Amino acid sequence: MDTGHTAWLLTCSALVLFMTPGLALFYGGMVRGRNVLAMLMKNYVAMGVVTVTWIVIGYSLAFSGDAGGLGLIGDLEFFALGELGFGTEIGLDDGEGYPDSVFLVFQLMFAIITPALISGAIAERMKFTSWVVFIAIWSIVVYAPMAHWVWGGGFIGSTDGTEIPGVGAIDFAGGLVVHINAGAAALALVLVLGPRLGWRSEIIRPHSLPLTVLGAGILWFGWFGFNAGSALAADGAAANAFLTTQIAAGVAALAWVLSEQVMHGRPTTLGFASGIVAGLVAITPAAGFVSPLWAGVIGLAAGVICFAALQLKFRFNFDDSLDVVAVHMVGGIVGALLLGLFAEAAIGGVDGAFFGAAEQFLRQVISIVIAVVFSFVATYVIAIIIDRTMGLRVSEDEERRGLDITLHEEQGYVLTE
Amino acid sequence: MKMIIAYINPFRLNEIRDALREAGVTGLSAGNIQGFGRQAGHTETYRGAEYEVEFLPKVRIEVLVDDSLAPTVISTIEETARTGSIGDGKIAVLPLEDVVRIRTGERGVDAL
Repeated sequence: MDTGHTAWLLTCSALVLFMTPGLALFYGGMVRGRNVLAMLMKNYVAMGVVTVTWIVIGYSLAFSGDAGGLGLIGDLEFFALGELGFGTEIGLDDGEGYPDSVFLVFQLMFAIITPALISGAIAERMKFTSWVVFIAIWSIVVYAPMAHWVWGGGFIGSTDGTEIPGVGAIDFAGGLVVHINAGAAALALVLVLGPRLGWRSEIIRPHSLPLTVLGAGILWFGWFGFNAGSALAADGAAANAFLTTQIAAGVAALAWVLSEQVMHGRPTTLGFASGIVAGLVAITPAAGFVSPLWAGVIGLAAGVICFAALQLKFRFNFDDSLDVVAVHMVGGIVGALLLGLFAEAAIGGVDGAFFGAAEQFLRQVISIVIAVVFSFVATYVIAIIIDRTMGLRVSEDEERRGLDITLHEEQGYVLTE
Repeated sequence: MKMIIAYINPFRLNEIRDALREAGVTGLSAGNIQGFGRQAGHTETYRGAEYEVEFLPKVRIEVLVDDSLAPTVISTIEETARTGSIGDGKIAVLPLEDVVRIRTGERGVDAL
């Protein structure tokens, strides 16, 4: 066992877990005060629900190997942990590795935050019980297969040369698996759920941007575990991913507020916080494959394009309340596409179009189309089924009175003793 | 006795408190409120979506005074709250029937 790698991955696992509370604050500040607890809770509950689904079956479906050699899904070898080895070593070619349990727990944290990301789209109107059922099903039926396809030996990540004929796309830390997946799912869920009462007719504004800004800072901090940890080793690749992550986030935040300055005449606090997240999303698939300067270009593109993508929901009339589509789906696509141009074999072993391998760009395009279509369609079906059986939405009366008091019998802000 | 209610700009509160104390007022109450008047609202922009916000933050102060002190209190608030811009606020003067100091049971002017 390599104690350095093991220690680093345990640390990164904790960092990635900490992103979900950060995300909860990021989202919680953006809703109205009467829904703040309901928003926090929809994020936090993922830390419970997905821990269970991942341990029971999700990890096995994603990472146990490949059932039938088709590259579609794992088998049940690790069902309820199965024969998972707590002392055996996996991961590295040179035999220097870390325990299976470390990989399981690191991947668990990704499986937790991905459905939590979707919660921003359904803010202020979705039933809590239906949300719990949704993320339990979604983490098994949508997340686990996608993780298998890209990282678990499935058909998106594998190349033609291997046993399973595949797309050969690359995704360092989850552009496809986490962000495009969550963004496309958010779009599907919102289309079934419908807009909030008063959307586009009443003022619906963030109740506490300080919470949001704090949340964005925690996300940035945790994201180093997400991206640098995805090197699955404490080595130069991790260091490169750390550096590219920092650069992309900083440049994207600046690009976002510059865009605001040009379009609206004011740089906003919410804009800077949003730009941070857009940059982090876009660099996620690329962090270990591109050089630091190209990471800056990815950050620049993410800041400008995600800011422009905010208009999509008004143009096509869907209430993606906290802009999960504009930031995560669009940001993820920006990163996954530019990765196909800027990837450099000297950095992460794969060349993109700018370094002589035009086919890598095509592979990225194909992988994005597959991820968007699969996530959208599967999520749409799950949403329809839950809507027809349990109902997705709270009543109009509950929505007007606020979800904190009606769903949880609590208030976020008690203004008297 | 008079109850004097003034709607003022929040950033004038401390100056008004100091001026009233100097004028002999022994206490006042203040609270944050929102309101709209002739002063137009303002624009807020969140992720590119612009909202016209009509309710503006103001402070409401309440002062209970003897009739003899009322003209001084009114003019003190008027002069201290005034900036000359729209939105400086309003002062309302109400006749006050009785006042009770809860601790001692004193009534009327003695309770002020």
